[in-house]
Amino acid sequence: MTTEALLSARGITVTYHRRSVLPLRERERPVQALRSVDLDIRSGETLALVGESGSGKSTLARVLVRTICPSSGTVAFRGSDITNIGGRPLRSLRRHFQMVFQDPFSSLNPRLSVGSAIAEPLIVHGLAKGAALRQRVGECLAMVGLDSSVAARRPHEFSGGQRQRICIARAIACQPDFIVADEALSALDTSLQGQIIDLFQDLKERFALTYLFISHDLSVVRQISDRVAVMYLGQVVELAPTQELYASPKHPYTRALLAAVPVPDPAAERARAYTPLRGEPPSPANPPPGCAFHTRCPKAIDRCRSEPPGLREAAPKRLVACHLPD
Amino acid sequence: MSPSILDVEGLSVAFDRPGHGKQVVTNVSFKVDRGEALGIVGESGSGKTLTMLSLLRLLPRGFVARALRSSFDGRDLFSLSPAALLEIRGREIAVVFQDPLTALNPVLTIGRQITEVLRRHFRSSAAEAERRAVELLANVGIPDPTLRLRQYPHEFSGGMRQRVTIAMALAGEPRLLIADEPTTALDVTVQAEIVSLIQRLQREKGLTVIWVTHDLALLARIADRVLVMYAGRVVEDAPVGKLFAAPRHPYARTLLGSIRQDGPRRNRPKLLGSLAAADAGAVGCPFAPRCAEASDQCRSVAPALKVFGGDTRAACWALDDAGARGADS
Repeated sequence: MTTEALLSARGITVTYHRRSVLPLRERERPVQALRSVDLDIRSGETLALVGESGSGKSTLARVLVRTICPSSGTVAFRGSDITNIGGRPLRSLRRHFQMVFQDPFSSLNPRLSVGSAIAEPLIVHGLAKGAALRQRVGECLAMVGLDSSVAARRPHEFSGGQRQRICIARAIACQPDFIVADEALSALDTSLQGQIIDLFQDLKERFALTYLFISHDLSVVRQISDRVAVMYLGQVVELAPTQELYASPKHPYTRALLAAVPVPDPAAERARAYTPLRGEPPSPANPPPGCAFHTRCPKAIDRCRSEPPGLREAAPKRLVACHLPD
Repeated sequence: MSPSILDVEGLSVAFDRPGHGKQVVTNVSFKVDRGEALGIVGESGSGKTLTMLSLLRLLPRGFVARALRSSFDGRDLFSLSPAALLEIRGREIAVVFQDPLTALNPVLTIGRQITEVLRRHFRSSAAEAERRAVELLANVGIPDPTLRLRQYPHEFSGGMRQRVTIAMALAGEPRLLIADEPTTALDVTVQAEIVSLIQRLQREKGLTVIWVTHDLALLARIADRVLVMYAGRVVEDAPVGKLFAAPRHPYARTLLGSIRQDGPRRNRPKLLGSLAAADAGAVGCPFAPRCAEASDQCRSVAPALKVFGGDTRAACWALDDAGARGADS
């Protein structure tokens, strides 16, 4: 695809083998969390991953930052293969990748002061010590809009929004290239979400960061991302620039997802005839043959039931996995 | 018969412990008409859930509620005997909570939990209760209800579990359903299904619904009227169309501004600070510390709710008697 890819994933498949708890029970089928996913993340962009729970968003992110190894496929960082590295090379690579999680209450150690939490990655990677370390911690707090004097306090003294700022300060401490925000805004109130989105944007401009933004909230994604990848049952079904995706979704699943988001306009809401998507996503242990979405798709034809559609270019810069794209 | 099924006036809830007293809900008044869908919106900690729990007298230990009036269909909820209250809870007023997994008992089958309601409130026989439970599950869109009745909560997906709690809530054939963030833990597609389901039940059974949520956009779809709460107070109460077209309270305006999808985000009204900082001081308007238009009057005396145009209430000093904003009109 493009040459400026910061991270590029090819044919990523992740299979989880569930161990049966009961010895006499039939062995459960392995769960395919990801099925042959290709994805490039370009330097400096904000790519959003959207999809229902269980679609493989978090698994894909974790493969990209190499906290889990794919069952097959390759991951490359700046052109060099990182699929199977380990030990010291992997650890030094980790400095470039950071994550911010959904729940700022469980992702901070309650016993550690805020300052120590932010200092930890700097110490692990040997980037600063002594006075320089304290100064860097203060800088990081200032960058997320907190006073450097709060370093001595513990997480319980802060509100949800402030804790998420602390998590972001910890993520940027090592000057990473790439940050995964895994539902980082979902636990926050609407007004706080706005503040944290602004913070993410500011940091991106200041430090030329690249973001992978995982969210199930399509209105948040619209505000923050350059491109959106829509996932369904372990596969990317549509990849498009944000504006174009929202203006004209090409995959019927994307269309259904967007239609499910309430519009903040009572008259428009009442006027529109909305038919919810029927049924539930099929089990990843037993994906349907052909297109995985055909069981819920309003326009499925016989071909969809037998032949899986590949991710193809349907228009310039737009990839869609559908036999009958809109 | 009065048009309101629920009429609450001057409701206050305090966390009452020696040395740690704190007012969490202050002087809340509202009415819900029969068949209406009232939306209550506010941030975490704004007192929406406590208001609902206090009416059912289900407040956690340490909280004390007082009200001038808390009338449900002519009966005062706060002065009912415990026995009379039990006949209302789960029968005439039912609640659906945010997290269906904690609302269901993990060691009892779904069937047992639904039939319990029927046997308790209608003294149904076991066979009759089971027949009705199958009907209820089918009615909320659960396929294969006879089989599902014998399953445990962990065998259901999140969306299906929430359907089960809705079926349980409807088992008592309630007249008022309180839905406290019932779709917050669910995917948007599942949320859309649950919303359609409750709206269908509203049409078919004339159910009155109170939707408690922090998602204002969702209320555009489901509510007839919206109560905006901030720091334990009602700051605006308006028909949904009026609220979205012309919010009067500055908090309601910023809240709406933050979810509008048009225009670049940099130009939108922003809400600075947090709610936690706002309710620390007891004097003045609770929103004053975050309000761009706050005056000295706002910081010293809390504004009361004023009625505008007969159907809208708002609590803001900057509103003149016609409801126009003095500052920017």
